[in-house]
Amino acid sequence: MHKFDEMYAQLPSVDSAVRPHYRNYLDWLKRQDPQAMHGRREEAEMIFRRVGITFAVYGDKDEDGSGTERLIPFDLIPRIIPAHEWRDMQKGLVQRVTALNRFIHDIYHDQEILKAGIIPREQVLNNAQFRPEMMGVDVPNGVYSNISGIDIVRAPNAKGEGEYYVLEDNLRVPSGVSYMLEDRKMMMRLFPELFSQHRVAPVAHYPDLLLETLRASGPSTTDNPTVVVLTPGMYNSAYFEHAFLAQQMGVELVEGQDLFVKDSFVYMRTTRGPKRVDVIYRRVDDDFLDPRVFRPTSTLGCAGLMDAYRAGHVSICNAVGTGIADDKSIYPYVPQMIEFYLGEKPILNNVPTFQCRKKEDLDYTLANLDKLVVKEVHGAGGYGMLVGPAATKAEIEEFRQVLIAKPEGYISQPTLSLSSCPTYVESGIAPRHIDLRPFVLSGKHVQMVPGGLTRVALKEGSLVVNSSQGGGTKDTWILEV
Amino acid sequence: MLSRTADHLFWMSRYTERAENTARLLDVNYQTSLLPQSAEVAQQGWQGLLSISELLPSYQALYGDITPERVMEFMVKDENNPSSIISCLRAARENARAVRGSLTTEVWETQNQTWLELNRMLKSGAFERDPGQFFEWVKFRSHLSRGVTVGTMLMDEALHFMRLGTFLERADNTARLVDVKFHAVEHDFFGQTQGKEQDHDFYHWSAILRSVSGFEIYRKVYRDVIQPERVAELLILRADMPRSLHACLNEVVSNIAMVSDDRSRESYRRAGKLCAEMEFSRIEEILANGLHAYLTQFLDRVNEIGASISREFLVPN
Repeated sequence: MHKFDEMYAQLPSVDSAVRPHYRNYLDWLKRQDPQAMHGRREEAEMIFRRVGITFAVYGDKDEDGSGTERLIPFDLIPRIIPAHEWRDMQKGLVQRVTALNRFIHDIYHDQEILKAGIIPREQVLNNAQFRPEMMGVDVPNGVYSNISGIDIVRAPNAKGEGEYYVLEDNLRVPSGVSYMLEDRKMMMRLFPELFSQHRVAPVAHYPDLLLETLRASGPSTTDNPTVVVLTPGMYNSAYFEHAFLAQQMGVELVEGQDLFVKDSFVYMRTTRGPKRVDVIYRRVDDDFLDPRVFRPTSTLGCAGLMDAYRAGHVSICNAVGTGIADDKSIYPYVPQMIEFYLGEKPILNNVPTFQCRKKEDLDYTLANLDKLVVKEVHGAGGYGMLVGPAATKAEIEEFRQVLIAKPEGYISQPTLSLSSCPTYVESGIAPRHIDLRPFVLSGKHVQMVPGGLTRVALKEGSLVVNSSQGGGTKDTWILEV
Repeated sequence: MLSRTADHLFWMSRYTERAENTARLLDVNYQTSLLPQSAEVAQQGWQGLLSISELLPSYQALYGDITPERVMEFMVKDENNPSSIISCLRAARENARAVRGSLTTEVWETQNQTWLELNRMLKSGAFERDPGQFFEWVKFRSHLSRGVTVGTMLMDEALHFMRLGTFLERADNTARLVDVKFHAVEHDFFGQTQGKEQDHDFYHWSAILRSVSGFEIYRKVYRDVIQPERVAELLILRADMPRSLHACLNEVVSNIAMVSDDRSRESYRRAGKLCAEMEFSRIEEILANGLHAYLTQFLDRVNEIGASISREFLVPN
C-alpha cells in the first residue's frame, strides 16, 4: 500500500493501523465476495449509461464513431473524512471564500490591497483575468463568487502528519457537483446496508441550497427573481450537470439563443411571449457572455447582457471577472488576503509556491525541475503542467525551454505526496491518489453541504485527477465516528 | 415554457413517431415479400416504400437497383438517410437530451435506452438475423415512449407539444401511406378496382391495414370482406381509428387548443378548419374527386399547420 493512505495509517496487514473512521467499512469490505463486488461495478456502469451521466470529450470518437460521450469512472470504495476534520475544513473554507470575495470587490473598487503593497499592482492590473469592465460595478451582497470549488488535498506536513492543503481555487464556473450527488445516489442504491451501519452526512439538499443562494443574489428590481441556468449547449462537456441542476432546481435551462436584451432588461423567448430573467447561473465563460463586450464571434451568450448587468437589472452568477482571484499567479497571496481583509490567521494551508516571474524563484525552479510541479498560471484541467518526479529527462528539458521563454506564465510547487485511497483497478484493489472539491455557496451567507467531490487518479502513481485525463470519482463520506 | 424547449419536445415526438411508421412500413413490405408474388410486384412494393418518404432519388444515387436487402439497409441503418430508423431514433434522442431537464426521468431513460439498445442490436447483427423481430422492437419502443410520456409527464404545455408532434407526424405518415398504396393500384384511385385478381387485392389491402394495426379493426367495424373504399374510409375519416387522419387531426386540434392564447390563434384556426371539414366529409365525395388530389392537398395543409406552430410557438422571432 501507498506510504500515505486515507484508509491505512501504516501497513495494511496490521489491522490496528487502519484509521478509526475506516474500521467499520473495512470490516464490511472484507466480508464481501469479490465476484459480487465486480458485479456491482458493472451494474453501476450500466445505470450511469442508461441515465446518461456522461461527459463529452472534445475531438474524441467512440470506437463505433457514434459519439463523444464518456462515463466518468465511478469507484465503489468511498473516501471517508472524520466529522471533526470536516468541521475544521469547513471553517477554513468559509474564511477563505469570504476573503476571496472581499478581494474581488476590492480590486474592482478601491484597490486597498494594491495600495497597501501586498500584491504588486501590475500583477493584478495586467492580468488577462482582470476585467476593467467591472470597475465600480456593484453586485448583490458584494459577492462575486457565489459558487466556489476549492480543490483540497491531504498530504504529510514537515512532521509527517496528514494535513489539508488548498491546491487551487475555482471561482469561475466550477463543475463536478452533479457527480457528487449522483455518486451518493449510486452508493445508496448499490449498498443500502452500508448507510444503515454508518452515519454518513447527507448531501442531497445541494440543489436547494444552490437555489436559495441564487435567489438571494437577485437584482434589486424584483423580490421574486426568475432564475435560469445558462448552458453553452448539449455538446459542452458538462452539459449533463447543467441540465441536472436546472431540473433539480425547477428552473429553465437556457442557451444564448433563448435570451435577448431589450431596454437593458434580459428576456427569454417562451411559447407565451417574452419573459423577464433576473438571475443567470451561467455555465459559460466570461469571454462568451456578450459579443458586444467580449469575444465578438460568440454565439453562446447574449448581446447587450453586460449593459443590463451593469444597470443592475440582472445578476450573473458567478459575477464577471472572478478569474482575477483564482489565477495561479494570485494564489500565493490568498493567506495574506485573509489577514488583510479579515484580520484572521488562515485556517487552511496553501501549498508553498514559487513565482517564476521572480528571478530567485525562477532560478530555484530551474535547478529543481525534477522535484517540482510546474503549472501554467492560466492553465486548467491538468493541461500545460509538468510533474517533475514523473517526467522523463526529455520532457523536463522541453519544459525548461518553455519556462525560460515565458517565466511569468508559470508557478512551481514542491511535489506533495498526495494521499491515496484504496480503489478498484484491473488487478484488484490498489492505492490511487485523490483530491477533494467541496462546493462553497455564497449568497446572503456562506454555506455548503458536507463533503464534496472526491476525484481519483486512476493511473498508477499519477497525481492528475482531472476527468479529461482519465480521472474517476468516489463518493465522499463525512462520518461521525 | 422556453420556445426552444417546446421545439425540441415537438421534434423528439415527431422523430419517435416517424421511426415507428418507418418500421411499420418496412415490416409490412417484408411480410408481403414472403408471399408468392411476381418480381415486378415485389419491386413495386419496395419502390413504393421509397416514394412514400420521397427518398427514391437519393436511394438510387447511393444504391442503384432496388433490392429488398438494400432498401431495408437504407431505411434502417443508413445514417445518410435522414428518414432511416437510426437517423430518426438518433434525432429523437438528441432532442430529448437537449431538454432532458424538462422530461421525467422515465421519459428520458426510455429515449436513451432505445438509442443504446438500437446500437447494440445493429452492431450484433440482430436486425439481419430477424428483421421482423427488429421492426416489432422499434414499434414497441415507440409504444413504450408514448405510454411513459402520457403516464408520467405533468399535463402541461410540455406534454401538449409532445402530443402535437406525435399526431402531426402520424397524420403525415398515414396520408403518405394511403396515397402510395392506393396509387400503386391505379394511376389515381376513384373508388373502384379494375382487372386485378381478387386474391392479390386481398393481400394488398390487408397489408395496408396491418401496417397501421387496422386489420382486426376493419373486420370489427365493417364485418365484411375487404373493399378498398372502406379501407380508405377507415384510414381517412373514421375518428375512432387511432391512426386515421381524422383521429390525428382531432388530437392536433385539442392539443393546440391547450397551448393557444390570444397571440397565437392561426395554428388553431387552420387545424380546426381542416378537422371540421373531415368531420363532415363522405368518402364517396373524396373518391369522386380523386384520392391522390385529396391527399396531396391534405399533406400541404398539415405541412402548413406545422409551419404555423413553428412560427407561433417554437421558433418565434
